[in-house]
Amino acid sequence: MIFEFAAGAVIIAMCLVLYRAVKGPTVYDRILAVNTFGTLTVIIIAVHGFLVGRPKFLDLALVYALINFIGTIAISKFVAFSGLGYPSEDEEKGDI
Amino acid sequence: MIILALMGFMAVIGIAMARIRDLFAVVILGGIFSLLGAAVYVILDAVDVGFTEAAVGAGISTVLLLGTLALTTSEEKVTPESRSLVSIVAVIVTGAVLVYGTLDMPRYGDPTAPINHHVAPRYLEKSGDEVGLPNVVTSVLASYRGYDTLGETFVIFTAAVGVLAILGRSRRQPKRKRMKARKG
Repeated sequence: MIFEFAAGAVIIAMCLVLYRAVKGPTVYDRILAVNTFGTLTVIIIAVHGFLVGRPKFLDLALVYALINFIGTIAISKFVAFSGLGYPSEDEEKGDI
Repeated sequence: MIILALMGFMAVIGIAMARIRDLFAVVILGGIFSLLGAAVYVILDAVDVGFTEAAVGAGISTVLLLGTLALTTSEEKVTPESRSLVSIVAVIVTGAVLVYGTLDMPRYGDPTAPINHHVAPRYLEKSGDEVGLPNVVTSVLASYRGYDTLGETFVIFTAAVGVLAILGRSRRQPKRKRMKARKG
């Protein structure tokens, strides 16, 4: 019973996050939306695993969280430096 | 029920991606779309496909598309109305043909489907004796379809070498010069 409620709550949360991701209006809304949506995807996979009685794929959900983290880092880098990788002029900073 | 909600989200994101002109937002929505697709694959028990979708779709292709945006502009050029009419007709016809193609397929999980009768029973029964690995999927990939896997590895290796040959050299040159200057 509790897992049905959890799944419903996660799906409602997904609706809200999706609205923010589509509407924007700033870049930061969208970055936060994609990060939160990744977390919600991880939770929905875990909850579904318990709902059908096979929580074997929990470790897969963890890997999804890692991949989502890489995506968030790339997006943040793009916003901060408007590029993903080049040698910087400044020796102290190193390569971006 | 969960899968219906997820696929509804995917449809909403698809429509939004087609309508939004800000390409940065489109890339981010594409990442969310891939994550949803991966979740749908996991729920349909295609765990390996879901894994690939998450790594390639949500991970690397978001990064590659952002790299493209860094080199080009992040504002979409609007095509005239008449051409978009032709494209939507082409898309609808293609989609109808694809849906028509799935009508002949056996029902999902049908035990009498050909895919469950061809070589799968033999793999399940004999792979323990013939290959000796506890995991059937591994023995199919590494032994029964070993040449296939070897070919795939060659393709990926060649692609990586090609990309490194094109991109790897020119970026490194200035740094090495700097290092020399600092040492000397």
